[in-house]
Amino acid sequence: MLRRDLVKLLLGSGAVAISGLLKPVKAWAIWNDAAFGAQNQEAALDAYYPGATIKASDRISIGVRQEIENGAVVPIKINSDLPDIKSIAIFVEKNPNPLIANFDLSPRTSGFVSTRMKMDQSSEIMVVVVSGDQVYSNKTYVTVHEGGCA
Amino acid sequence: MSTIRVRTRLKEGVTTVRAIIRHPMETGFRVDQETQEVVPAHYIKLVTVKHNGETVLSCDWSRAVSKNPYLSFEFTGAIAGDKLELAWLDTEGETDYAETIIE
Repeated sequence: MLRRDLVKLLLGSGAVAISGLLKPVKAWAIWNDAAFGAQNQEAALDAYYPGATIKASDRISIGVRQEIENGAVVPIKINSDLPDIKSIAIFVEKNPNPLIANFDLSPRTSGFVSTRMKMDQSSEIMVVVVSGDQVYSNKTYVTVHEGGCA
Repeated sequence: MSTIRVRTRLKEGVTTVRAIIRHPMETGFRVDQETQEVVPAHYIKLVTVKHNGETVLSCDWSRAVSKNPYLSFEFTGAIAGDKLELAWLDTEGETDYAETIIE
């Protein structure tokens, strides 16, 4: 198989959706322009989880240092034991675009993701987990000494 | 050379995936120190990871994922010798792909 075809196959509906040919089934499924382009957290959440009531949950743990020297590289580890997790998303309230990343999980994927992100300034971090048909979140505050969005 | 370095570790039925992708992840806000010009946005939007052809993780990323992105996650149901594939797509339509054998 040609490598290019394989990439197309692997990206599947994602590649189709961004070319505008296919509307995503779920609001949080495939790159959502309104949510990623939103300039405040409320608008981003509204675009990503339309009509949802987001409940606080301590079953989401956010592993991040409370004080960050360099906002260009902020390691974050998320763990959740909530049942039937469909997706995990990270929001940084004070970033120019608060929606940082979303991870869609399969039924075989654990409630754990780890990545590194940029933070513009000290901010609350909110992690949103879709569990079954419910939406939960947890928050933590991180102090950033040197912004990393440039 | 591939932009993707992906490693797996299978232990007690759980496969841990760790990947690093070489990519500038330009936000579109950065000013080049030499030319004094704003460097255009250029970042990965989608990452898909498949185990034996079945998607186990799909990521939607913004410009705020750090340069040379790091990703780690875990899934069950794999055995040694299975295939793991990872592909990404960025804002310029560039893509890359890598596969590895789970061990």
